[in-house]
Amino acid sequence: MSVPILEMRHITKEFPGVKAVDDVSFTIESRQIHCLVGENGAGKSTLMKVLSGVHPFGSYEGEIFLDGELQKFKNTHDSERAGIAVIYQELALVPEMTVHENVFLGHELRKGLQVDINETIKQTIEILKKVRLDVNPATEIKDLGIGKQQLVEIAKALSRNARLLVLDEPTSALNETDSENLLDLLRELKQQGVSSILISHKLQEVISIADTVTVLRDGQSIITLDASKDEINRDVLIKNMVGRSIDNIYPEREKRELGEVIFEVRDWNAYDTNLGREILKDINIQVHKGEVVGITGLMGAGRTELALSLFGNAAGYNLRGEMILKGKQVRFSHPKKAIKAGLAYVTEDRKGDGLILIQDVKTNITLANLDRILRYGVINGNVEIKDARDYSDSLNIKTPSIEQKVVYLSGGNQQKVSLAKWLYVRPDIMILDEPTRGIDVGAKFEIFTIMNQLVKEGMSIIMISSELPEILSMTDRIYVISDGRLTGELEAKDADQESIMSLATS
Amino acid sequence: MLKRNIREYGMFIALFVIMAFFTIATNGIFISSRNISNLVNQMGYIAVLAIGMTLVIVIRHIDLSVGFLAGFLGAIAAIGLTAWGLPIWLVIPMVLALGVVTGLISATMIAKFGIPSFVATLAGWLIYRGALLQATLRTGTIIIPNKAFNAIGNGYIPDIPLEGFLPGLHKLTLLLGLCAAVLVVFSAISSRKKKMAYDFDVPSKAMFILQLIFTVILVGAVTYVLAGYNGLSWTTVIVLVVTLIYDFITTKTFLGRHIYAVGGNPEAAELSGISVDKITYVVFGSMGMLTALSGMLFASRLQSATTTAGTGFELDAIAAAYVGGVSSAGGVGKVTGSLIGAIVMMSLTNGMNLMGIDISTQYIVRGAVLVIAVVFDVATRKHRK
Ligand SMILES: Nc1ncnc2c1ncn2[C@@H]1O[C@H](COP(=O)(O)OP(=O)(O)OP(=O)(O)O)[C@@H](O)[C@H]1O
Ligand SMILES: [Mg+2]
Repeated sequence: MSVPILEMRHITKEFPGVKAVDDVSFTIESRQIHCLVGENGAGKSTLMKVLSGVHPFGSYEGEIFLDGELQKFKNTHDSERAGIAVIYQELALVPEMTVHENVFLGHELRKGLQVDINETIKQTIEILKKVRLDVNPATEIKDLGIGKQQLVEIAKALSRNARLLVLDEPTSALNETDSENLLDLLRELKQQGVSSILISHKLQEVISIADTVTVLRDGQSIITLDASKDEINRDVLIKNMVGRSIDNIYPEREKRELGEVIFEVRDWNAYDTNLGREILKDINIQVHKGEVVGITGLMGAGRTELALSLFGNAAGYNLRGEMILKGKQVRFSHPKKAIKAGLAYVTEDRKGDGLILIQDVKTNITLANLDRILRYGVINGNVEIKDARDYSDSLNIKTPSIEQKVVYLSGGNQQKVSLAKWLYVRPDIMILDEPTRGIDVGAKFEIFTIMNQLVKEGMSIIMISSELPEILSMTDRIYVISDGRLTGELEAKDADQESIMSLATS
Repeated sequence: MLKRNIREYGMFIALFVIMAFFTIATNGIFISSRNISNLVNQMGYIAVLAIGMTLVIVIRHIDLSVGFLAGFLGAIAAIGLTAWGLPIWLVIPMVLALGVVTGLISATMIAKFGIPSFVATLAGWLIYRGALLQATLRTGTIIIPNKAFNAIGNGYIPDIPLEGFLPGLHKLTLLLGLCAAVLVVFSAISSRKKKMAYDFDVPSKAMFILQLIFTVILVGAVTYVLAGYNGLSWTTVIVLVVTLIYDFITTKTFLGRHIYAVGGNPEAAELSGISVDKITYVVFGSMGMLTALSGMLFASRLQSATTTAGTGFELDAIAAAYVGGVSSAGGVGKVTGSLIGAIVMMSLTNGMNLMGIDISTQYIVRGAVLVIAVVFDVATRKHRK
């Protein structure tokens, strides 16, 4: 056998109060795709940050070998030079720059002092062919969908002659087709000698693409499976991830009589003055008390825009139509008013507009409902700590303490903090926008169980999701949106993936 | 424990080192009651600006107009007291209100019209400079004959008339210091008790007592030094009260939470039901009010309003805030830190003056200290990742 392209030996990385990675070793042969799976906070991202030099040599224990040579990366530049390219979930592209400018950002092709624009475009076209992206290199990034941006990011890596791609949950924000595209591309690149490390919570993906899989739990490597020798299936992965087997991914839903209509939207239109076009057209939606209503559709169909327009219109659209809450016509001029009236909105982009990353867990949890911790107008720190602990415990948030800054939590645990924050508001209607994005199977189950509990107590939930199985299993009724229009309404029990997809693309 | 708080302790240590250095270099003149009392009075008008500026920077803005605005509002106070013949109890609230209004005007530019704060307040810098010149155009320097007004910047709180008891010391100052110490001890104990009632972790008893003793010694030392001269000056009282109020607001009230949330992530704050615009108005309004206070402190100290009053105050205030640990990335910074920052910067000026160091060198040293403080701040922040 040839020398492995990458070998990580006995890697240990500690943070104050957490051993994020604990004596993990694994090897990647060339032309292989290696997957990392594990629960939220298992240490996957941290392990990759050690590899890429984000956590520099000396801040961790253990050794990294590339092609048999010991590496001591002091920063991400070093690892890049060695042929490692990391693609994070939050893409590192400049939206206002063109595709070719982004692809060669930081290592521009030069002719003397000038950027050689012609050569840049020529090479960009070649690389774009390799990643099978058919766009004009002069297109600005902000005009591309997220799936295409992802491909540009890979093109960028290839332009630097990367031999090892590291992708941290690349498909969590992609729709089915884009995900499939991306995985195909990885398979193809593998043939051309570019290996990949893929982190994902979508086990189906992992099973279909992995040559080898390492399962992490609490920072430790539990098992490494080799597709050529071992059977890799859902049960094996889950069992190793959580330490026990989970029979059902979705908790049982009780059959219940629905209450009266509590929330209704009639002929709802939204015009985005920035884009200069109508983004929502004649939307009609009803929500009953104690109901889980699903809203699905393709990426960019207008689901998040709908949520934002209902929840106090922070984006400043021009709105037309009626909103009726508990029998009264309402219109919220600010999210503050929406919250007062009993709405909550768990945003899709928790880092961008959901959480205050530089603040700690407890401050984030209480932020949207400070009234609960005010005593005579003054914040009662003790009540705050107690409440925050209760919510943090009941959602099983993995953190050394509630004084930990949210930025240091793993992605999935950040999502739980976001959820805790809005549960703390005790809303009547909760809008969940992609609530399970980047969340492990166990935590998904927990969140679904909480949802069931909440509707049983009389809350209504609007769940926006691209994951069809989850929409089908967790909701009572499903609205499908396509290009800003409502294209269908289905009873969940009568619906299936095909019927939804055909509505979503109509 | 020590590692975690090194940022906060760091500033105290730096201040201590600076003070010790000047005390030695000036054969003790620096730490003399008279000099310290002077130092505090010189620092007052920058300290209140720095406190307001802290919040402005926390919400990711800047206010360049405060220097000349302070000068202009000081001139208005002077004119009010002299030309218009208004009583002092009317002039002070009037000027403070005027300050709030000017702050709200800046906020309107920023929040409503979306002008970057740097540009909006740069315009303010020019406008208020012009306004100050016009206000003092006819008369030049306006002398303020009002005794009560001038006491704000130069006077001291009265003493208890007890002949023969503790001669040479300011007894009311000592008494207030004692009260402060007792208050600190009691509130610390009660807060610890409440925490224990909730079953929360508290520092060990020995550690706790050590902290208490340290605080009491600190309060005692400061009081003793001040009591050795004329006692507490009115400026000191004003700065202390402003600091206490702002510290309370920022750490204990919903308003403070909202301010730091807006600074930390405006989009998330907005979606959490916090109006970013409203917070912008509040913060700039408060900045305007403190600017008015600063302007009056300065005018009162000089007992006059001059054509150049306020020149460069904005930069001193910004420097003090940065030395005190605010971050321009937003969402980070304490008003108490900025107060310490102001004391550090003023100690440097005062100490170097005593040593007879040339003004050109003074600028270079202060610039270096500013850079060192911020580098230290950034480094310790990284370290904690
Ligand atoms: N910079 C940091 N400082 C302190 N703790 C950290 C830091 N980065 C990560 N951690 C902690 O290390 C642990 C592992 O985090 P990591 O992000 O690697 O998890 P993950 O496996 O990627 O999880 P997820 O699937 O949720 O993304 C978590 O408990 C997290 O809170
Ligand atoms: Mg991760």
